[in-house]
Amino acid sequence: MNIHEYQAKELFDKYGVATPAGRVANSVEQVVEIAKELGTDTVVVKAQIHAGGRGKGTFKSGFQGGVHLCDSPEKAGEIAGKMLGEVLVTHQSGEEGKQVNKVLVAASVDIDKEFYFAILMDRETERAVIVASSEGGVDIEDVAENTPEKLIRVPIHPTLGLQDYQARTIAKQIGFTSKQMRPAAKLFAAAYELFMATDCSMVEINPLVLTTDGEVIALDAKFGFDDNALFRHPEIAALRDTDEEDPREVAASKFDLNYIGLDGNIACMVNGAGLAMATMDIIKHFGGDPANFLDVGGGATEEQVREAFRILAGDPKVDAILVNIFGGIMQCDVIAQGIINAANEIEMNLPLIVRLEGTNVKEGRQLLEESGINLITASDLGDAAKKAVESVA
Amino acid sequence: MSVLVNNDTRLLVQGITGNSGATHARGCLEYGTNVVSGVTPGRGGQVFDDKIPVYDTVVEAREATDCNATMIFVPPAFAADSIMEAIDAGIELVVAITEGIPVADMMRVKAKLAHSDSILIGPNCPGIITPGQCKIGIMPGYIHNPGDIGVISRSGTLTYEAVWQLTEAGYGQSTCIGIGGDPIHGMTHLDAAKLLTEDPDTRAFILIGEIGGSEEEEAAAWIKENCDKPVAAFIAGSTAPPGRRMGHAGAIISGGKGTAKAKQEALLDAGITLAATPSEMGAALIKALG
Repeated sequence: MNIHEYQAKELFDKYGVATPAGRVANSVEQVVEIAKELGTDTVVVKAQIHAGGRGKGTFKSGFQGGVHLCDSPEKAGEIAGKMLGEVLVTHQSGEEGKQVNKVLVAASVDIDKEFYFAILMDRETERAVIVASSEGGVDIEDVAENTPEKLIRVPIHPTLGLQDYQARTIAKQIGFTSKQMRPAAKLFAAAYELFMATDCSMVEINPLVLTTDGEVIALDAKFGFDDNALFRHPEIAALRDTDEEDPREVAASKFDLNYIGLDGNIACMVNGAGLAMATMDIIKHFGGDPANFLDVGGGATEEQVREAFRILAGDPKVDAILVNIFGGIMQCDVIAQGIINAANEIEMNLPLIVRLEGTNVKEGRQLLEESGINLITASDLGDAAKKAVESVA
Repeated sequence: MSVLVNNDTRLLVQGITGNSGATHARGCLEYGTNVVSGVTPGRGGQVFDDKIPVYDTVVEAREATDCNATMIFVPPAFAADSIMEAIDAGIELVVAITEGIPVADMMRVKAKLAHSDSILIGPNCPGIITPGQCKIGIMPGYIHNPGDIGVISRSGTLTYEAVWQLTEAGYGQSTCIGIGGDPIHGMTHLDAAKLLTEDPDTRAFILIGEIGGSEEEEAAAWIKENCDKPVAAFIAGSTAPPGRRMGHAGAIISGGKGTAKAKQEALLDAGITLAATPSEMGAALIKALG
């Protein structure tokens, strides 16, 4: 799950990670008011959408840039007026772009030096790991590739947590001076507390800046949260903005279906994540292009199967549907009944290829045969994939 | 002819009175597994299906029934607690089926596991089965046949697919281990590969991996140096886009790491026979046998 920049700032404020002064606004009047309150010579107005590359983006109205430095409250209001309600297209947003409903108004900062600081859940060490560098404001993958010696990694013990000396050492290692070390270490400790308290999978502060006044603040941040832990953080779950997500994925999540939209034209419905991935792979192997990843789970109900069908059949990009079920916990006759119900309810003229195996497979196959639905049966996974690819050729 | 579980396994089921716990406890009983006790806090003194005594704590179940393995069906919010309870009670084999345990919880479980002799399989896994002897988990028993081929996998249904292909081709299985799809989990591909390599009754094995992490590479490096048995493998997720979690929390390509290609290359380098598609896993193993 992703969150907006202003939400990240609010989380930082709550846990004591220093950020530039500022607030979120959804009207021109509010923007002017906040800019006046801040009282700084210049303020930054930033469009709030999830996609990166906002600064270099273009609004569909023709207005350039989703991030602007403004030298008066009036100017801030004028700029915000050109952003709010308009659609911003960036290199990450897709051609359709995203509508800007909110802007963040923040005091501009005079930067002395930029750093990189992140905390990640690391599967290899099975710990939270702090990654920090003297090279801030740039792509950290490039730093890792070209100057790996400038990147430090410190695993944190899961029950002891981040110790003060570790925070001080990290600060010194990435180039803070003796005097700047403590404010930097304080920010690291606050970020770690936030990371653990809200079950993050990632908090990336890039850049972390030292201002000309000697303050250490988080200028921009990216968050990732552990979806499995959202049940114990309703306040984090509430930050989800479904307007920013693929509508097919939003629809699927309502029915607890594990769905990821892709660009191909062969839709697939599979039980189990590994088998679902493998089904995408075999479609590609035979020259086809999968339209999605969809795992209906181990114990899917008829309703879930029906809704899964609705999503697949309702996608204009889809030219054929491949159902691949290996019934373990899930019974093939339940799946078959779900398919029949869906096919009867939804008018579907797409080729439907079905491969069933496992528990109650005889009953399942019989139900499908007797239903009179127009479908192509397959004997095994390879056969199913070939037939699906042929059906769209 | 097996690893970890056999006719001597005495199984405890944690969460036996819950929906899935009850269903799969029955499934294991029907298969012939020796289920000796259950635990559900607050339900101590009850008897499950007129034959299995239920206890409040694992320590009590251990003392009363001498269980040496446990199968955990406790909901995600409480599962880490149950795993740690089993570890503290000294249960030798802990099989956690529960899907959706927070990563931070598993991090603490692993810290505790490091100071114990228990073996953890899972979480978010189908379990482990030695066909004809003992089934601990949610896999359909009837697709298996006793034999001498081992199977290791991160995914449930993909394991069934491989087992079914083997059984259809007339090759039975020694032990099939589902290690689970979470980023932080117990037994690794490498641990399982070592066990199957050392098992005199396993002639060859299939390793089924997927994108994310580097366990398949680690297992491949070890196999290259230490394993003389024929090994076949399949890696799921060649077509998965980077940065997206493909169902399993552990199945994600991030920062250019954990790609299917890197794993396939490591496996080939170790002399392992790769299945080009998931419908050829059984065929790849037969080819590896020569």
